[in-house]
Amino acid sequence: MSQLVDSLASGHEGTVKDQFRSYLRRLKGGEMGSVPAIFAILVLTVMFQLASPFFITKLNFANLFVQSAELTMLAAALVFVILLAEIDLAAGVTAGVAMAVYIQLVKVQGWGLIPAMVAAFAVGLVIGFIIGFMVAKIGVPSFVVTLAFFLGFQGMQLVLLGEGGVYRVEDTKVLAIMNQNLPKWGGWAMLAISLAVSYAIALWDRRRRSALDLVNKPISIVYMKLAGLGLIGAISVYFLNQNRSQGSIPILGVPIVVPITIAILFIGTFVLDRTRFGRHLYAVGGNPEAARRAGINVVKIRIAAFVICAFFAVISGVFHASRIGSVDGSAGRTIVLSGVAAAVVGGVSLFGGRGRLAHAAIGAVVISMIDNGLGLLQMASGINYLVQGGVLLLAATIDALARRRGGVITR
Amino acid sequence: MSSVVTASVPVIELTGVRKSFGPVDVLKGIDFSVYAGQVTALVGDNGAGKSTLIKGLSGVQPFDEGYVRFAGSPVEINSPTEAGNLGIEVVYQDLALCENLDIVQNMFLGKEDIKTGTLNEPEMELRATKALQSLSVKTVKSVRQKVSSLSGGQRQTVAIARSVLREAKLVILDEPTAALGVAQTEQVLNLVKRLAEQGVAVIIISHNLGDVFKIAHQISVLYLGKMVANLNAKETNYDEVVAYITGAKTQEGAN
Ligand SMILES: Nc1ncnc2c1ncn2[C@@H]1O[C@H](COP(=O)(O)OP(=O)(O)OP(=O)(O)O)[C@@H](O)[C@H]1O
Ligand SMILES: [Mg+2]
Repeated sequence: MSQLVDSLASGHEGTVKDQFRSYLRRLKGGEMGSVPAIFAILVLTVMFQLASPFFITKLNFANLFVQSAELTMLAAALVFVILLAEIDLAAGVTAGVAMAVYIQLVKVQGWGLIPAMVAAFAVGLVIGFIIGFMVAKIGVPSFVVTLAFFLGFQGMQLVLLGEGGVYRVEDTKVLAIMNQNLPKWGGWAMLAISLAVSYAIALWDRRRRSALDLVNKPISIVYMKLAGLGLIGAISVYFLNQNRSQGSIPILGVPIVVPITIAILFIGTFVLDRTRFGRHLYAVGGNPEAARRAGINVVKIRIAAFVICAFFAVISGVFHASRIGSVDGSAGRTIVLSGVAAAVVGGVSLFGGRGRLAHAAIGAVVISMIDNGLGLLQMASGINYLVQGGVLLLAATIDALARRRGGVITR
Repeated sequence: MSSVVTASVPVIELTGVRKSFGPVDVLKGIDFSVYAGQVTALVGDNGAGKSTLIKGLSGVQPFDEGYVRFAGSPVEINSPTEAGNLGIEVVYQDLALCENLDIVQNMFLGKEDIKTGTLNEPEMELRATKALQSLSVKTVKSVRQKVSSLSGGQRQTVAIARSVLREAKLVILDEPTAALGVAQTEQVLNLVKRLAEQGVAVIIISHNLGDVFKIAHQISVLYLGKMVANLNAKETNYDEVVAYITGAKTQEGAN
């Protein structure tokens, strides 16, 4: 059987060197993924460190994780709709409305944490469904639908909370997400589990291939990836486990939000990469007509994408409420544009069909670094917006050029 | 090879098929049979009704009247899904592939193989590879290449191989070589030949009679919504076919 298969390659053949070469070829062909963003992270680190002695401090390092977690979650939400070449400008205010519902139920109605959170997420899912229905079934462009919701929900937030209403979040479990840390060993355990799961999945995939006599890539590639991941993870955990407090009470450990974010991204990635639904989502994003002819229910996929987007957005809303410790009527207005920027900067294509959740996380780190670094330099917030806008434009341009290089619109 | 076989049961047999769009009669009582292992070329001038006939067979635009028999038993084809379930696959001129997906993913799109709830990639890769090999495809480098990196002919190859994978009994190709250069046209024609050799019934629409004579066993000519000729490709010639297409020669000459 294996002889039969040998004559047509599958991309798994060859030595580590061959694999590396074909990776470079794909990069040149326009499939750059997160490479520009990772490059940007390195450049920004050097720049900001030269400009401000506070940039690489233990405290700021932890701050960066916490700040980017919120943005990562929103950008990840947007990935699901951007993969369909759609947009959800209302993602931020959807989270705002859901959090307003949560705090009202807790503070005014006296509900417990769990039922109030369930209600908040249910509100998010309903909003996602309505947006998806308008876009997929009725055919209103998502830009317009979500712009309308973007405006309308700002009003809704004010109605729910009252003009100028600000409510403190009292629940310690919610506050803990962004403000408490894992014990030292917890950070190492998190890293160990991440590596073990990655390794197990890689072995599982290889076993499935070899069971059918299919070629596997050299196992050393798996080890190299794990080593890289382990190194970055170990450095991060090590720093986060140092005392970063400037007062007398020590603060140390990996922020609780980090393992939560990793777990959610892992599950989302699993769904996108390994389930029929994920495959169909990419197909609809790549060519809706081809997907339809292949028997895929395009309307259902589109609605599902908006529902998932809203769900992830509400998670980011919870992170936000946890970080600032309160819920107010203006949450979610500006973050949505940073979310789009994060996704695109990270390598998610605005033309649909290309992008991963990890890209959203990496892009979110870039945007958070700009935000954080310029803040340390005490730049006016005007400068911050200017830079972020410029970065988004640059990323979108790279996206458009890469797409052309990929031969997609040259026909 | 074989002549136009009439002894065996046709894979698809149309009798008295009609289709109108409002007052316009596009198909005016078509009789048409297609046999396993044979390439049937459907030719005719622009507007003769070729695409309309194909859309009826593929369930996109069901016929108004007439009988359709599939492998001998009467059927109604009212949707693309029903056509697919019978084993009728259409390779559209615009191909309908997702450029962001690779060859394997495209070949299994909508019919993914699932194992323990997740995509069974190795199995799909193996079966896609075998389907391509059964057509002796040598032009693609890797089955995990993204379709965006493929040429027009290679894309056509993927689309045709997809029908093999789905074990189609009847494959319909609407002008598969229209946009291709000489070498790629040759490759696709060879592919169509091998498809028929596997026992599949093939209908190919083409305006290029040179191509038609290279691969077709049977040549069926539509003229203004009527099937004016079903010719054995071995027993006819270029001029006769052109005469039927242009209406210079009429039905009496048909068999
Ligand atoms: N949906 C429709 N409504 C009205 N008229 C139609 C429709 N579809 C096709 N027709 C008419 O039916 C006739 C046959 O069209 P058809 O597309 O089947 O021709 P064809 O043989 O495929 O031509 P070509 O070689 O140009 O592709 C034409 O006169 C066309 O205008
Ligand atoms: Mg036509």
